[in-house]
Formats: sequence, structure tokens, C-alpha cells
Amino acid sequence: MRDDAKPLSPHLQVYRPQVTSVLSITHRLTGLVLVLAAMLLTYWLAAAAYGPDAFSRAQIVLESWFGRLVLFGFTFSLFYHLLNGLRHLGWDMGKGFDLTRLRITGALVVVGSIALTLLSWMWAYGHVGKL
Amino acid sequence: MVDMARNKRQLRSNLSRVRGLGSTREGVHHWWAQRMSAVALIPLSMWFVYSLITLTGADYQSFHAWASEFGNSVFLVLFIVTLFHHAQLGVTVVIEDYVHSEAIKMAMVLVVKYGTMLFAASSVFAVLKISLAG
Repeated sequence: MRDDAKPLSPHLQVYRPQVTSVLSITHRLTGLVLVLAAMLLTYWLAAAAYGPDAFSRAQIVLESWFGRLVLFGFTFSLFYHLLNGLRHLGWDMGKGFDLTRLRITGALVVVGSIALTLLSWMWAYGHVGKL
Repeated sequence: MVDMARNKRQLRSNLSRVRGLGSTREGVHHWWAQRMSAVALIPLSMWFVYSLITLTGADYQSFHAWASEFGNSVFLVLFIVTLFHHAQLGVTVVIEDYVHSEAIKMAMVLVVKYGTMLFAASSVFAVLKISLAG
């Protein structure tokens, strides 16, 4: 083998998708989605810095059905990345590596991020007090 | 042993290799910075989501009043800087994992590093303009 032909990771197509690998790739995907969200945050703040007209235009775009759909996806991505990130920090401390706990914490991440996303949106639109 | 055979071929001792801190000369700095920014982003992002919830449907005046409040401006700047730093570290790893051409890899990493700096600087300046210049 040539020195510069060292094996490069990862060869995803070789493996059958499993709960652990699907959750792992979702962490990366949500991370990339959150970069787009961060760029939208820049646009939003810049619009406010430009003045009332630019800010109103930004708000109209963000409050359209498409804007809300995108923001809903960003909210889910944030909570998923946050909760699964806690899982990663646990692994970094050497905790939670056995298969049972991997599956339990994985399920908690999925259920938790969906629940927190719905809760945030219901709170934002004033529905939490009515529950 | 495999290690010894490898060392003989490389003519470098383990000590010499560890002193160089690996191919990037920074050792675990990238790994550590990603974790530390992640820990900081836990409270910062929760504060940000809470703020967005309270700002739902806000007009310019109420957004302006919120963003120019001292504590909110400080936390916004902290959130922006930490967020783009963490983003830059994470995207760099993804590029390094999946892009196998050295030239394209380096170009993409540069775009990510400069791009996140541009977006972070724009966001911070926007917050300063809102809170200081009215």
C-alpha cells in the first residue's frame, strides 16, 4: 500500500443501517441543517440592523407557511442535536456504551426532540396554557 | 511487534511523534474545542429558543427593545460566536471524513472557516448596531 493511500473513513454503504448508525448520521445531518439555521439567524439580525422595512419583510417571509415549515424543521434539528449531543458528551466520559443503554438513550433522544419541538411551538403560539 | 516494525520503517520514535502532536500539530485541541463549545451551547441555545418563543410575531419595535437590552445583547453575541465556532469545527470534520481529494478538501475547509467568520462578524455587528446605534 502506498503511504498516501491510507484507508479513509467511513464506508457507509458497506454496512446495514442500524439504530445506532442511523442516529449517528442524523446527528451530522441535523448539524449541517443547523448551519443553514445559523445563516438564517444572520439574515434576520442583519434585516433588523437595516431597519424597520427590511425587518418587516423578513418577518413576512419567516411567518409564511413555508417559513414556518423551515423553522419547524430547524427547531427539531436543534433539539435532536442538543439531546444527542448530551449522549455524545456522556460517551466522552466513558458512560452508556452498552447496547441496552444505547437503545434507551437513543429512543429518549428521538421522543424527547419531537416532544420538545411540539411543546416549543405550542408555547410560542399560546396553546400551552390551554392544555 | 507491529509498532516496533512501523517505527523502524519511519525512523521516528514514539516520543518524537507525540511531540509533533500528529499531522495537524494541534493534538486534541480540535476535539476539546468542539466539546467545550458544545457544553457552552447547551444553556445558550436553550436561552435562545426561549427568547424566540417570547418573540413570536414580534414587530420591529418590540424586537428592537428586546435585542438592545444589555443582557440580551451580551447573550446574543456569546451565542453567535460560540455557535459559529462550533459549526465551523463540526463541518470541518464532516468535510475531512467525506471529501477524499486533498485539493477540494482544503478549498472546502477554507470556505467554511472564512464563511463562518463572515457570518459571525455580520451577526455580531448587527447586534451591536441594533443595541448601540438604535
